[in-house]
Amino acid sequence: MDMKAATMILLAAILIPGIIVKVKALTSGRKGPGLLQPMLDILRLLRKGSVYSTTSSIATQIAPTVYFISVFTALWLVPMGDEASFIHFSGDILVFTYMLGLGKFFLILNALDAGSGFEGMGANREAFYSLLAEPALLMLLGTFSMMTSYDSFSLIFAHWDLATGSSLVLAALAAYLLLQLSLIENSRLPVDDPKTHLELTMVHEVMVLDNSGFDLGIIQFANALKFGIFSALIANFLAPDREGVWEMILFGGIMLCYAVVVGLLESFRARFKMEKNPQFILTLTSVAALTFIVALIITNKLL
Amino acid sequence: MQPVRVFNQATIPVRQIPVLNYSLFAKQALALLKEENNHCVSYFGYQQDGQILLVMAIAEDTTHTIALLAHQLKVEDELTLPSLTPDHYPLHVFEREIHENLGIHFSGHPWLKPVRYPVNRANPDSIIGNYPFYQIQGGEVHQVGVGPIHAGVIEPGHFRFICNGEKVLHLEIQLGWQHRGIELLFLTRKSLLQQTILSESIAGDTAIGHATAYVQLMESLSSIPIPEALEVERTIALELERIAMHVGDLSNMNIGLAYQLGASVFGTLRTPVINFMQTWCGNRFGKGLLRAGGTHYPLTDEKKAKLTDLLNRFERSYLPMAERMFSLPTVLMRMEQIGKVTDRQMKLIGAVGMTARMAGVERDIRMSHPTAAYRRFQPESKVLVTGDVLARARLRDLEIRESILLIRELLGHHQSHETKPAPSANSVPDQFCISLVEGWRGEICHTAVTGPDGTLLHYKVKDPSLHNWFALALSLRDLEISDFPINNKSYNLSYCGHDL
Repeated sequence: MDMKAATMILLAAILIPGIIVKVKALTSGRKGPGLLQPMLDILRLLRKGSVYSTTSSIATQIAPTVYFISVFTALWLVPMGDEASFIHFSGDILVFTYMLGLGKFFLILNALDAGSGFEGMGANREAFYSLLAEPALLMLLGTFSMMTSYDSFSLIFAHWDLATGSSLVLAALAAYLLLQLSLIENSRLPVDDPKTHLELTMVHEVMVLDNSGFDLGIIQFANALKFGIFSALIANFLAPDREGVWEMILFGGIMLCYAVVVGLLESFRARFKMEKNPQFILTLTSVAALTFIVALIITNKLL
Repeated sequence: MQPVRVFNQATIPVRQIPVLNYSLFAKQALALLKEENNHCVSYFGYQQDGQILLVMAIAEDTTHTIALLAHQLKVEDELTLPSLTPDHYPLHVFEREIHENLGIHFSGHPWLKPVRYPVNRANPDSIIGNYPFYQIQGGEVHQVGVGPIHAGVIEPGHFRFICNGEKVLHLEIQLGWQHRGIELLFLTRKSLLQQTILSESIAGDTAIGHATAYVQLMESLSSIPIPEALEVERTIALELERIAMHVGDLSNMNIGLAYQLGASVFGTLRTPVINFMQTWCGNRFGKGLLRAGGTHYPLTDEKKAKLTDLLNRFERSYLPMAERMFSLPTVLMRMEQIGKVTDRQMKLIGAVGMTARMAGVERDIRMSHPTAAYRRFQPESKVLVTGDVLARARLRDLEIRESILLIRELLGHHQSHETKPAPSANSVPDQFCISLVEGWRGEICHTAVTGPDGTLLHYKVKDPSLHNWFALALSLRDLEISDFPINNKSYNLSYCGHDL
């Protein structure tokens, strides 16, 4: 039982949104708000009450909580290198994937429940992109499960080492995939634009248009947690084995780099036309398939 | 009787406009409008002594004149006329406007949709609340209504999309929330100063464009002479407005694309331009600069030096950023082939200004009906053919470059002057004057008729947006609904200019 991994993820979740905003501000020649501003905004929301539309049902009232809890539960399944996660058991990689899926399902219910044309469109888009992105994540996790012959995050990463060249290639592919998947999962550029104020182009933002106060606060905090979770997974793939404090520093460094990279990616490119998004996500699935084939070749299972 | 031809901003007595019976009026109008280089710039009606006079003004690009013809009806007659729209589509909006204002029914008009619900409309029962929106029925078809309150809290307008999944089958735009009764205010506010300030407020982003149209119209009506140097100054102001608005629009389009670098660089480039207007005349949008007969804020040598310096600094940041934006694949991918309209469509809806020029229709008052300094200094008209979002962005880029060249040339030919504004207008009774100005959006048309006492009897304002809103609706056909915002930004049409 180890709290280290979960602590790191929570810390990252608090800092990453602020770092992204800061990087984007600096690249456009502005000072930008303080690093903790996104968290302070969430705190402000948490102190407020929620307003529910008279046309909405219980779905709107429970969905934000279920979404938050599912992401929060998934967090405890992620280890840090050799240090096992707080909860780990055989098959927890599937539980992790479907924990995130469950949260998303409730968020979609929440959007449909509002009965607004905008939110229906947003839910439709979110469901479609998730449907396309899920195989990529599962195939990636499956590949590493096959490589190490374990099906729990803690054991996979405990037995994953970067000693050989081929494992470095696999780790790089995995990091690239997780980076892109995290952008889709968190509704960032190039598939979505968190800054837009226009309902017609939104994906994720439009789904929570009718949520307010405490509910909106926990939804936003769950989004921040997702950043922490994905950055931790990337760090697990990329960080070489070290002991004690060095491990923490390496992990923290990679998580920090992740936030800076996301900020830079968002500063210097435009978002896709919505029509191109499925194509882009399917490309990621093929990269995942490629990773799987590379793994098969390395382990001499294919030839 | 042949239509009378006048030059832009020339005054003639109203009785010189030939009043024809309707069949002859229709025949002559349609014969003129059939020509490729002619287009209707204004068609309106007004009441005087129990009579309604319908006046049509057709701009002829080849002769640089405006042909005027009229038709008269008695108010007590049955107000039904055969519509000319089926023979010439661009007239649709003018006939709708006349129908709404005067209650004349145009038989055979495809859709007499209300334009703006003015306070003095003929049918007070016609309100937005009971307007029957266009409907399409079908299993998978759904409607999305946006507005009247805009997500970014800009001006109000209602957009109703009829969609099949993400695809837009039809977009209906219903405006009228901004109606302030501008045209009536021109008649009740008698002083020159009050009217000038009104003209500056027709559309806040085109203060200089509309004020130029008004001021030059009043100078013509009252025969107030102005020095050449003042004409040059006004032209510089118009071109500066064009630069400021175009670069601001490029920034806004980049926000729509989520391309942060372009959004912030172009955004910061707009500021020094409008700040120069502030140093020139005390207002960032150029309000207060234009006055009939003269100006309180002549362009001194010190200000000219500042402007030269501003243009040099502007170019240093602008040119590399434009190069970068128009060569970045992610940006191009988002704009190319999106929201395409054809030159034929633009001719059919009577598009003017930038909206016409981005789709291959050359329509520019600065070239076809030049006034003031444009008679001597003509910019090169920029025309693109693709008609997509990229063409609208690219045209802004080209026009900014051209405007900088023109301002530099004008600065070289500007002499200092000390002409103070005229204290009041001394209008002559029963005169008619039409004033066309190419604002940054396109053709602005102001028309004035004076009554027997010499004051304004009728004042008609036409912002280019009146025609161009329809281009946005056409752009959206068969496009994904998520592409609406970028298309809307690429046109950046005026709500209040349309609603008056």
